[in-house]
Amino acid sequence: MSGPAPIVIVVEDDVQIRRFVVTALESEGCIAFGADSVKRGLIEAGTRKPDLVVLDLGLSDGSGIDLIRDLRAWSDIPIIVLSARLGENDKIAALDAGADDYLTKPFGAGELLARVRAHLRRRARGANVGQSVIEFGTMRVDLANRAVKRNGEQLHLTPIEYRLLSYLLANSGKVLTHRQLLRDIWGPSHAEDSHYVRVYMGHLRRKIEDDPSQPHHIVTESGVGYRFVL
Amino acid sequence: MSDQRPDPDELLSRINEDESRARHGKLKIFFGASAGVGKTYAMLAAAQQLRAQGADVVIGIVETHGRAETEVMAEGLERLPLREIPYRDRIFREFDLDAALARKPALMLVDELAHSNAPGTRHPKRWQDVEELLATGIDVYSTINVQHLETLNDVIGGITGVRVWEMVPDRVFDAADEVVLVDLPPDELLQRLKEGKVYLAHQAERAIHSFFRKGNLIALRELALRRTADRVDSQMLEYRRDQSVATVWQARESMLACIGPSDNGDRIIRSTARMAGRFDVQWHAIYVETPALQRLPDKKRQTILKALKTAQDMGAETAVLADSDVAATVVDYARSHNLSKLVVGHGSTHLWKPWQRAFSERVGWIAPDLDVIRIGSKDGRESRGPQKNIADDLRERMQTPWPSYAKGVLVCAAMTLAATPLRDVLDLANIVMLFLLGVVIVALLYGRGPAVLACVVSVAAFDFFFVPPRLSFAVSDVQYLLTFAVMLVVGLAIGQLTAGLRYQARVAQQREGRVRALYEMARDLSGALMPEQIAEICDRFVEIGFGAKAVILLADEQDRLQAPLAPSKGAPIVDPGIAQWAFDHGIAAGQGTDTLPGSPILYLPLNAPMRIRGVLALEPRNTSRLMIPEQRRLLDTFARLIAIALERVHYVDVAQTTTVQMESERLRNSMLSTLSHDLRTPIAALVGLAESLTLTPPVLSDKQKEIATAIREGALRMNALVNNLLDMARLQAHEVKLKREWQLLEEVVGSALKASASLLGNHSVEVKLPPDLPLLEFDAVLIERLLCNLLENAAKYTPVGSRIVIAATTKNDVTEISVEDNGPGLPLGEEEEIFRKFTRGQKESAIPGVGLGLAICKAVVEAHRGKIWAEPRDGGGARFVFTLPLGNPPAIERIDDMPAAAESEVR
Repeated sequence: MSGPAPIVIVVEDDVQIRRFVVTALESEGCIAFGADSVKRGLIEAGTRKPDLVVLDLGLSDGSGIDLIRDLRAWSDIPIIVLSARLGENDKIAALDAGADDYLTKPFGAGELLARVRAHLRRRARGANVGQSVIEFGTMRVDLANRAVKRNGEQLHLTPIEYRLLSYLLANSGKVLTHRQLLRDIWGPSHAEDSHYVRVYMGHLRRKIEDDPSQPHHIVTESGVGYRFVL
Repeated sequence: MSDQRPDPDELLSRINEDESRARHGKLKIFFGASAGVGKTYAMLAAAQQLRAQGADVVIGIVETHGRAETEVMAEGLERLPLREIPYRDRIFREFDLDAALARKPALMLVDELAHSNAPGTRHPKRWQDVEELLATGIDVYSTINVQHLETLNDVIGGITGVRVWEMVPDRVFDAADEVVLVDLPPDELLQRLKEGKVYLAHQAERAIHSFFRKGNLIALRELALRRTADRVDSQMLEYRRDQSVATVWQARESMLACIGPSDNGDRIIRSTARMAGRFDVQWHAIYVETPALQRLPDKKRQTILKALKTAQDMGAETAVLADSDVAATVVDYARSHNLSKLVVGHGSTHLWKPWQRAFSERVGWIAPDLDVIRIGSKDGRESRGPQKNIADDLRERMQTPWPSYAKGVLVCAAMTLAATPLRDVLDLANIVMLFLLGVVIVALLYGRGPAVLACVVSVAAFDFFFVPPRLSFAVSDVQYLLTFAVMLVVGLAIGQLTAGLRYQARVAQQREGRVRALYEMARDLSGALMPEQIAEICDRFVEIGFGAKAVILLADEQDRLQAPLAPSKGAPIVDPGIAQWAFDHGIAAGQGTDTLPGSPILYLPLNAPMRIRGVLALEPRNTSRLMIPEQRRLLDTFARLIAIALERVHYVDVAQTTTVQMESERLRNSMLSTLSHDLRTPIAALVGLAESLTLTPPVLSDKQKEIATAIREGALRMNALVNNLLDMARLQAHEVKLKREWQLLEEVVGSALKASASLLGNHSVEVKLPPDLPLLEFDAVLIERLLCNLLENAAKYTPVGSRIVIAATTKNDVTEISVEDNGPGLPLGEEEEIFRKFTRGQKESAIPGVGLGLAICKAVVEAHRGKIWAEPRDGGGARFVFTLPLGNPPAIERIDDMPAAAESEVR
């Protein structure tokens, strides 16, 4: 990783997990600071100018979701949430509040670092906007000319499919909930029709994935939403 | 905790049942001017036509009167056997309603709608049988003659001189879906009569001759034609009203029939019904009961009540009001109900109260804006009526026991004795006062009759003993005659007033008693916490208020009545059939009602706001006591109070159960989440820390790395185990809240494959999903878990390199999803066993796991109302299949998403 070492804040009340996460991040060359409560987390985030926050949802002095809301009021740094299994509702609430990604406990260091890297990269890329041609797999999307090619051949997308694809590209690496997708692509009147998203994702997968039932790019996060992987 | 989820098949069959119940049968009436026009023949002909088209037609009852033509027409139609009812050493053959309901054909022929059933059948009238057939969804064809229509009955009686007593309420006729007029010109009918083609049994020769006169037949025919025309007219009006704006009609004027104590109430009702029918307006019928009218003999009150009931049958809204000023009450009622036309009787001016104006005039005086229609009295018979009734009245009034009269006379004697020694001291005027005092005392103590007697006796005694010449009825001074007259009048007036006061006090007392009974019952019911307590309270108050024994029958969830609730000694033995009927129809049955009036027990449905809670069965010792309208209203109020109390108790019960369930669910959830957190946090730490061993310097040796990896793997396995146990605990509770959404199966299969990727590394996986698979409604997380478990199972029990195929097909109303492998297959005969908890295919093997995976699969599928099973795969291996119900996927609105638009926008 070039440039100055990224600063990461780890808000987690379990000492062991915090130690492991900090260790893993330091092995990756990050500077990691630990915090054990919502209050400490906010102080650290306000003073350290972090590049990324890893946040446990169940903290002793409140919910991590409150921290996300406070943080989002003044910052758009990536936030990765750590959550318990079966906490789909918590995950969705955290993502809707502004978190970028989540990890289900127990998770491995490899998984964690992969996500951290992806989000730091995305943040770095965000600095030099204007990238009008994006390539992934066998696909090539020319955003300026609204042209989509697969294996060099023109690919026909309906307006909604195209809007969906460009939205996914703009938010690649992030977990997008059904509600976010519906709100931003179909408009607020369809906020409860999550089957729309599923059906159109299915269409899009058939057009851009080699095997739609084992997708590489449009990955389903069960019960939560989708993640686009470049 | 038992499984309270209703069985879907049972639910479906219940819904179907409800639907068929909701379908109301259609009634077609073959309508004729008189007997012999060929109604039955026409009905049979129509039925034959339908039968030829394949309809399920059954004859319920048809009177062919042995006529060959009609018999031929009935041939080939299924006939329901008639029910034989022995009554007073005769056997009546009647239409068998229960058999008809059991047979439940599409169409049933029931001749002679106006027929009265023999005693012992369910309903007194055949049209009531027909109504029940219609209510169960059976179509009915029936016949009726014009003279049997209730509103025309008296008119036709007047024309023909033959009054028939079998009547059908006009509302039945008007509610018929179709009326076919069977018409025959009078000449032809007379011809047929001559030829003997019309069968007229049991009718006296004279009656036949007087009835089948040409003049009569023409009149009857005209009436029948006009009645049919009216019906067509109203249908057209209705049609037009349906098509146009309804508001014009909403403020329609209506009519009000006022029934008085005189005998022509019935006539007023019929006239109003006819007029209202002609103007096609709503109408009401009321009876105002003044304190004086409450004194009327029971028989007379029954007549009034019967008139009101007739009105109700004819479609009127009825009410009994209580007030002392009849005219003002009537006007008030008319104003408040927007009734602008009042129909009143002729109203007799009392001979002894010439100053009192007739009722109709008084109404006209109070409310000049209302139209008052006066109905004249009928004929000579009418004037005989009241006389007879006055006689009745007198008889009833004289019912005051004779000792009271004797005592009244004794009081007079005492007064005479008391006055005799004083006659020289006191003026005669004061002695008169003494006698008047006696009359007041008699009136107070013994009522009106004795007071009148005492008054007369007092005058006689005064004359005999005190007015000179004494001990003789002769009078020396003529002015004493005036004294006598004034004394008599004053005595009578005082006696009358005093007795009236006494009576009114008694009425008020009774009323107060009723109100108190209601109040006390309401108070006691409000304290009741269990249905048994309510039953006890009900029993107590019905005993006090009506002199009857009562039991309550509660209905269960399936709308079946259960055994009587806490019956006391001497409780009535209820007939469950009648009780269930009353419950199902929500109508009172048994004694004094239209349904099985012969039963000694009255069955009242307990109508609560939400549903009918059960039936109140009561057996009065004195049947006439329940016939009095106030008592009947009181009883209805009692029943209502009981029903509301039962409903309240029911909901208290429901609320308690719910609270307990919520509490236990909350406890379980908090326990599970604590457990899940407390177990998982250390595991997460273990996994992570084991891994960080390899990340932190100094770099570990290969051996140490291996150990760190082993620690990590062990912790992950423990995590899987904890997950399984917690999942099972959650699913076992049967209270997992499914987050059902419409999903693509493909998507879930994809995420399951991704989640199981590490396990499936050494197997080849193929997905065969048809492209047109519909959206399915399920909980994505649970179904992903299910698929993961099946995949894990397949990966664990098959050798490296085996092939796993995930496929789906749609069959009927389910989608079948299968996971098959070409491994060693299932242990024989254990296809069921493996879905049990802690069961494993290969016991004591090296393969890790405790055998919860498939049990979780089963629980998940069952929560989705699907099935899961395992079977050997064709060609070796195992095949696990589960089903998900198809349901009705929501439509996708194709907003601006037409391919053509796409072409233009996306180049």
